[in-house]
Amino acid sequence: MAQNTRTVPAGTPTNVTQKHNKGGIGESTLRPDGTLKVTGEFAYSSDMWHEDMLWGQTLRSTVAHAEIASIDISEALAMPGVYSVLTYDDLPAEMKNYGLEIQDTPVLANGRVRHHGEPVALVAADHPETARRAAAKIKIDYRELPLVTDEASALAADAPLIHPGRDDHHSGHVPHPNIVHRQPIIRGNVEEARKRADVIVEGEYVFGMQDQAFLGPESGLAVPSEDGGVDLYVATQWLHSDLKQIAPVLGLPEEKVRMTLSGVGGAFGGREDISMQIHACLLALATNKPVKIVYNRFESFFGHVHRHPAKLYYEHGATKDGKLTHMKCKIVLDGGAYASASPAVVGNASSLSVGPYVLEDVDIEAIALYTNNPPCGAMRGFGAVQACFAYEAQMDKLAAKLGMDPVEFRQLNAMEMGTIMPTGQVVDSPAPVAELLRRVKSRPLPPERQWESAGEGADVRALPGGLSNTTHGEGVVRGVGYAVGIKNVGFSEGFDDYSTARVRLEVINGEPVAMVHTAMAEVGQGGVTVHAQIARTELGVTQVTIHPADTQVGSAGSTSASRQTYMTGGAVKNTCEAVREALLEIGRRKNGSYHPAWATAELLLEGGKVVTDGGEVLADIADILEGEDAIDLELEFRHRPTVAFDLKTGQGDGHVQYTFAAHRAVVEVDTELGLVKVVELATAQDVGKALNMLSVVGQIQGGTTQGLGVAIMEEIIVDPKTAKVRNPSFTDYLIPTILDTPTIPVDVLELADPNAPYGLRGMGEAPTLSSTPAVLAAIRAATGLELNKTPIRPEALTGTL
Amino acid sequence: MRVNFTVNGRQQEADDVWEGESLLYVLRERLGLPGSKNACEQGECGSCTVRLDGVPVCSCLVAAGQVEGRDVVTVEGLADFAKQREEHGHGGACGTGGCGSKGGVSLDAAKQWQAHGPNSELRSRAADSQTGEGAPLSNIQQAFIDAGAVQCGFCTPGLLVQADALLEQNSSPSDQDIREALSGNLCRCTGYEKILDAVRLAAARQGEAV
Ligand code: FES
Ligand code: FES
Repeated sequence: MAQNTRTVPAGTPTNVTQKHNKGGIGESTLRPDGTLKVTGEFAYSSDMWHEDMLWGQTLRSTVAHAEIASIDISEALAMPGVYSVLTYDDLPAEMKNYGLEIQDTPVLANGRVRHHGEPVALVAADHPETARRAAAKIKIDYRELPLVTDEASALAADAPLIHPGRDDHHSGHVPHPNIVHRQPIIRGNVEEARKRADVIVEGEYVFGMQDQAFLGPESGLAVPSEDGGVDLYVATQWLHSDLKQIAPVLGLPEEKVRMTLSGVGGAFGGREDISMQIHACLLALATNKPVKIVYNRFESFFGHVHRHPAKLYYEHGATKDGKLTHMKCKIVLDGGAYASASPAVVGNASSLSVGPYVLEDVDIEAIALYTNNPPCGAMRGFGAVQACFAYEAQMDKLAAKLGMDPVEFRQLNAMEMGTIMPTGQVVDSPAPVAELLRRVKSRPLPPERQWESAGEGADVRALPGGLSNTTHGEGVVRGVGYAVGIKNVGFSEGFDDYSTARVRLEVINGEPVAMVHTAMAEVGQGGVTVHAQIARTELGVTQVTIHPADTQVGSAGSTSASRQTYMTGGAVKNTCEAVREALLEIGRRKNGSYHPAWATAELLLEGGKVVTDGGEVLADIADILEGEDAIDLELEFRHRPTVAFDLKTGQGDGHVQYTFAAHRAVVEVDTELGLVKVVELATAQDVGKALNMLSVVGQIQGGTTQGLGVAIMEEIIVDPKTAKVRNPSFTDYLIPTILDTPTIPVDVLELADPNAPYGLRGMGEAPTLSSTPAVLAAIRAATGLELNKTPIRPEALTGTL
Repeated sequence: MRVNFTVNGRQQEADDVWEGESLLYVLRERLGLPGSKNACEQGECGSCTVRLDGVPVCSCLVAAGQVEGRDVVTVEGLADFAKQREEHGHGGACGTGGCGSKGGVSLDAAKQWQAHGPNSELRSRAADSQTGEGAPLSNIQQAFIDAGAVQCGFCTPGLLVQADALLEQNSSPSDQDIREALSGNLCRCTGYEKILDAVRLAAARQGEAV
């Protein structure tokens, strides 16, 4: 296979010392905000401060499903230091709900709460502790209602309806009002294909509820303005989507709600939905004072939607020479009390449920339920993660039943360019699935019993259980497992996905300077670095200023779905090209008569100069702009159109681009105590073109770690009897520490996608997919157990459930 | 109550402090030093790590009243702290409060932490800032930038304070030593590999410098 690849070994001091140089695309340019972030000067949303500001606090429901018989705020309001207490009755506009796609989420509970932690009332006070104590003084009389907590209770004939009388664009086609959305995909003839199968495997898989657990808490500052509007400084993934939801419930035109992105401490999908934005604005408008809201970690677990927990039922068949014959699956996602992104998650889960394999005969159904569990929505991997967990377990089962090597079995069925997806869409750019698997497999394995290598007995820090000294190596067994996954890039199913960039080129102190202004949310992914690299490459300048993201420029769409470098990067590229054309036009007008190359040659901008493709310098950019206004353009960028999936057959070119990653996990398991240590998690991924390899590798390692987390430790535990969250803290919701995370060697392929800017492939989510099933496969290999549920808990390994 | 203590070598006084307010709150909201981060306020993530009389602690778990008369170093003072340490030789020179540093972040500068409009000084400075050249950074701060260990950066201040304390004690830590020392600091973005790289890099550069 002809390919341009670069291999990045696990980090050593020698390969990270590269200083930033010219800073164009393809270089590992360092972050422009790095200095501020290491000195503590970078202003995150929770750092905002204003003279005379108040603190806002949310009062949240203590029960999962109830009617609110009464709310008494009098004691809270009487407390010294309290400025305002708001409930549903105080909402200023006719519109009282919001939502990404379906406006079913109340700003404050309207007579009924549908999940534990739902916002019921708001307080503004002069000290956060005063606000907290006042909120605790609000008396609410709850009349509890029967709970809907799973598929059976949601779809029972007499099930309580979570949203009775719902009237959204999915309500007409769902078989039960407690189903948010349903997407079947039917292709080929499963019953016929089934007859060709020599082996058939079935499996039932359970994926737990994962939390994004970004470190920067939901927070922001709302400042009332003189025109009756409000300025909001907030951490979010999509300013314009927030704005669309905020303005109507405030009863303000969009121009009067001005939003500026403040520093974002991670997102991972958890900031796609509104959290404190509207609440802070309401309090600011009610008190006519600046109001800051900062969730603590406890509240953060209630303040954003989580990853959908899922049950997945799969059946696969294969011939004895190892070819897949058919697949049937049903995926049941628990969307919780409100829709959030559930419809789109359903679309992804169904359309990617086959995985990166060639399979013509399928019968697929995915649904998302309304329940009284915590609302679920976007999280890195978005529906594809749950499916990958299940289909990869199935691949291992099939290989085992056929007596084949699990990697070879996958390679035999791997899709490639030209493969037809179950939706009928043809994969029209490189899909190096077999090659990614080959790469992780051919990497040398880490040495056995590494904990002994020091020669002085066991270094228990490297063993399962670590310094708890639960084992010194006895009873520790090793296992190796593989997985590969497929994720779509960008918003699918006919969504009008676009991004806007404004680029200004001017001369400052004799030097050409480009200013890039977009509304892109920098959430840590490195978009700001890449935008500067693109502008340098396209405009041949060194100095680039990134304007703060705000709503004074057109929408950039969401920082999610692995789309932002593709989309806003694409917008910056296109706008820079237009600016370049405008500059060359001025150059031709001014200098064209001096040199024939102005009219005849292909002209480039490099090092502050206009040069011919032969390398001849025609003029300085600064001289061309001399005496001219700055060139200042704003353009939108769109990817090629997609279409909605047919509601009965699931057919349609629904996705823009696909992205792939493979993992090999090496684990050691203390089989007596059921403790797992992941020793290494090697990965290979195709990124089309790495605009910044340092950032790419960082994203792959970070995504891989989140997949590891859900494999062995991460889960929001909802009590099935009460639908209450039992572990809303970092004490009880465990995310991987540096001790839980192994070395993550990364192998990056760059097979250009001819349809994408620079040939790049959105890459932020793919590593989260296959990491989880690879770890599971390795634990199964070590223990011989079936293990069909994430996360793996010790009792699952010791048979003490 | 009133609390008097030293922060980054400067005498500070916080008035009207409620009992129950944490050192983290006083630093962030009363003294205008928001560098120490509030990710969990439960002592679980390490984002709020500062040095209290030289010892790394979670400032969210320290009651403000406990710091009366004591000495605190935050990420804002880390570069200066490291410089003092170099000049005075032995580690922890500032930890006793006796170094009399005039650097650090001035209260006036730090107090400017309010919402700034799109074109204000502070925010465009954020966007313009070049990647570290010229800025007086400590070894560990520069290493975090160079190794790509900063993504969203929310965990970074706590990690820097903790890693700097590790390197002060152990100038050539093994990977296991680094993992052990940083095990109280959560990072959700990086997967930790680049954080390890950064600490290795800082240790290597420190070694070269000696
Ligand atoms: S904020 Fe102090 S440990 Fe998390
Ligand atoms: S938490 Fe975002 S970089 Fe560590």
